[in-house]
Amino acid sequence: MDKTTPAVALRGITKTFGPVVANDHVDLDIRRGEILALLGENGSGKTTLMNMLSGIYYPDEGQIFIDGEEVSIRSPKDAFDHKIGMIHQHFKLVDVLTATENIILGLEKRGRLDLKAAARRIREICDAYGFVIDPDQKIYEMSVSQKQTVEIVKVLYRGADILILDEPTAVLTPQETDRLFAVLRSMREDGKAIVIITHKMHEVLDLSDRVAVLRKGQYIGEMATKDTNAQEMTDMMVGRSVSLNIRRPDPVDPKPRIVVEGLTVRSPEGVLKLEDVSFEIRSGEILGIAGISGSGQKELLEAIAGLQRVESGDIWYVEDDGTKDRLIGKDPLEIQKLGVALSFVPEDRLGMGLVANMDLSDNMMLRSFREGHSVFTDRKHPHDLAEKVVDELEVNTPGVSTMVRRLSGGNVQKVLVGREISSAPKVLLTAYAVRGLDINSSYTIYDLLNRQKEAGVAVVYVGEDLDVLLELADRIVVLCGGRVSGTVDGRTADKNEVGLMMTRLGGGKELA
Amino acid sequence: MFDFVAFIPRAVAQSIPLLFGSTGETITQKSGNLNLGIPGVMYVGAIAGVIGGFLYERACGTADNMNPVLTILIPLLCCLLGSLLMGLLYCFLTVTLRANQNVTGLAMTTFGVGFGNFFGGSLIKLTGADVPSIALSATSNMFRKTLPLAKTTGWFGKVFLSYGFLAYTAIVISLVAAYILKRTRTGLHLRAVGESPATADAAGINITKYKYVATCVGCMIAGLGGLYYVMDYACGVWSNDAFGDRGWLAIALVIFTIWRPDVGIVSSILFGGLYILYLFIPTGMNLAVKELYKMLPYIVTIIVLIITSMRNKRENQPPASLGLSYFREER
Repeated sequence: MDKTTPAVALRGITKTFGPVVANDHVDLDIRRGEILALLGENGSGKTTLMNMLSGIYYPDEGQIFIDGEEVSIRSPKDAFDHKIGMIHQHFKLVDVLTATENIILGLEKRGRLDLKAAARRIREICDAYGFVIDPDQKIYEMSVSQKQTVEIVKVLYRGADILILDEPTAVLTPQETDRLFAVLRSMREDGKAIVIITHKMHEVLDLSDRVAVLRKGQYIGEMATKDTNAQEMTDMMVGRSVSLNIRRPDPVDPKPRIVVEGLTVRSPEGVLKLEDVSFEIRSGEILGIAGISGSGQKELLEAIAGLQRVESGDIWYVEDDGTKDRLIGKDPLEIQKLGVALSFVPEDRLGMGLVANMDLSDNMMLRSFREGHSVFTDRKHPHDLAEKVVDELEVNTPGVSTMVRRLSGGNVQKVLVGREISSAPKVLLTAYAVRGLDINSSYTIYDLLNRQKEAGVAVVYVGEDLDVLLELADRIVVLCGGRVSGTVDGRTADKNEVGLMMTRLGGGKELA
Repeated sequence: MFDFVAFIPRAVAQSIPLLFGSTGETITQKSGNLNLGIPGVMYVGAIAGVIGGFLYERACGTADNMNPVLTILIPLLCCLLGSLLMGLLYCFLTVTLRANQNVTGLAMTTFGVGFGNFFGGSLIKLTGADVPSIALSATSNMFRKTLPLAKTTGWFGKVFLSYGFLAYTAIVISLVAAYILKRTRTGLHLRAVGESPATADAAGINITKYKYVATCVGCMIAGLGGLYYVMDYACGVWSNDAFGDRGWLAIALVIFTIWRPDVGIVSSILFGGLYILYLFIPTGMNLAVKELYKMLPYIVTIIVLIITSMRNKRENQPPASLGLSYFREER
């Protein structure tokens, strides 16, 4: 393979969304037989740039060369014709269709639809790269990592040799991530060009050959991975020096604050979501909750916040003087008044907690509108609070009267967490508080949580990134399929051990 | 003894407009467009056919001068054209301009019913008749031509052969639609568009094209339901508002068939049967009881909705992006 001509060369690519410049004259080379890591903070335009390669967006300015020839990619179909395949962060799969149907979707071929032949070719591809999927399985019956495999097979089926993966590991367990990386490495050996977008530094160092950095839509520079380190890359992304160590102050006078005993929760469909879960949340401490997504984290936090019907078990709120209040049976408002704050960031970030079409100060008001005796709402305090949150958390927004919908993901999360903290809670429940956030914003959130902990708040942190959990949390409760697989000390626990506990109760050996 | 030989042909005749409507609406909904304008489209299809037939009958003067092919073709093409225009209007508003589908659909139903009644009223004035209706008996006779065997084969002929060609067309169309949806690439793409347009788009499917074509074809099929009603069921007699709530019943039927046109054949006959059941069950002089019987199809639909929701099987749910408009560069 000719290594001198890049597989893809972007020259002077510019894309604007209204007044926002997402990409500003970006130049980038993607080479064959190489894994390129594309780095940048949230809103730095990585995904936008790659979407222009995959035909989702069309650049306002600039040229795209493929193997030295200028091309115009006007639609996803054009991208396939140039053998470019993108695996989006949010899977582009139709739930009610089978794997095979999803994979051949959009392929224009003459003749009748031959699903059997397609399934045969899919099996061949799976065998070649060591994937395990059932072509006839429906997507909605699949796990996240199986869905991702379908996505990868989909682009391979189309004969793509330029692969773009947008945050592929965000939802995978460490073991699944290892398997994915092995596949990507074997594709690199095949001479494919691979671009991976990720926020996790250790993955960049582990997997990539070359690193390119974007900042605020501009191309900052590139370097060989072996010549750089996490600190340098982060500094380039942020534009100034940042400390990469997560602080973990010692717990402040830990006392039981919330005691969960034998909690069992069923979904409305009757599926067991939590089974006999017991643990305690202590003040002045960060309790991490680890687990594959969908292991009952959501139900657990909602049960504590009074939003979830509980089948059996008890949840107690313990006052400073030792008196116990029973939380089950109380409505969410009463629980909030006790000082339990829930900051839950669902997958779509906006589903719970914030109203997308309302501005910042109105969203602050969602917490306080019941206060006061007048029939009119108090708009001044929420407005001030919004300005304070924007100011202290460095929320990037044109003003407090901007609709939340218009903010980027990281800023939305800062607003949500900022509001919850402002109510001076005794217990702060956070789920996926840094989901999809870049390093800098994540560290701002970690620091916020630590400051709450030092103020004596009992903090619960449900997280996906085990590295962070192990650095941030004092204790970690590991959930597996709705049951407590074990509780470990954050200071001494080992990542692989926790990873195993996430997939099997107690972390026993894999069944052959 | 319940008279099945008399009941079934009545039920089938009643069911055909519903079958056309629900097949058309199913195809439309599979593309993610919830076209609540179907009742209006069926009105427009009917009146367009009536206008075409009326003008041709007038031009010819007597039934003897009428060319059988043209007698069928003119109302048919007028009907298809009228419904196509309605479909294009709906698509332009909801797909191109991304207007709210529910509001657009309801507005189109109001518009279509008004349109039908206005031109129906105008035609009635033109004829100067004493009764508030137009009778296109010559045209209707062509539409109602049955197979020659129907009269001679006893109950078999009555139950299976005694219908005009549009009735058989309806059944063929729904079988073809079911085959296309289930077995062809086009059907697969259409289902993907209705389930998740963003996915279909990323897979290189032209969303706008699929939505336009599915909705317009759906409207044309539904429009035929209106034509069948006037020309065959009502023996060519148009009177304002006679079509009634059959359009809504067709939409209910889509849910009842869990979005499967082939199931629609049997269930439309069931609906049709329920709709006219009161004629065959002695209800006495109490008109209120008759109205209660007319509710039966809707009650059955509600029961089916309850059952499918309870079973919660993903395949039986409406297309996931039904009622939503799609814009690729939305952030």
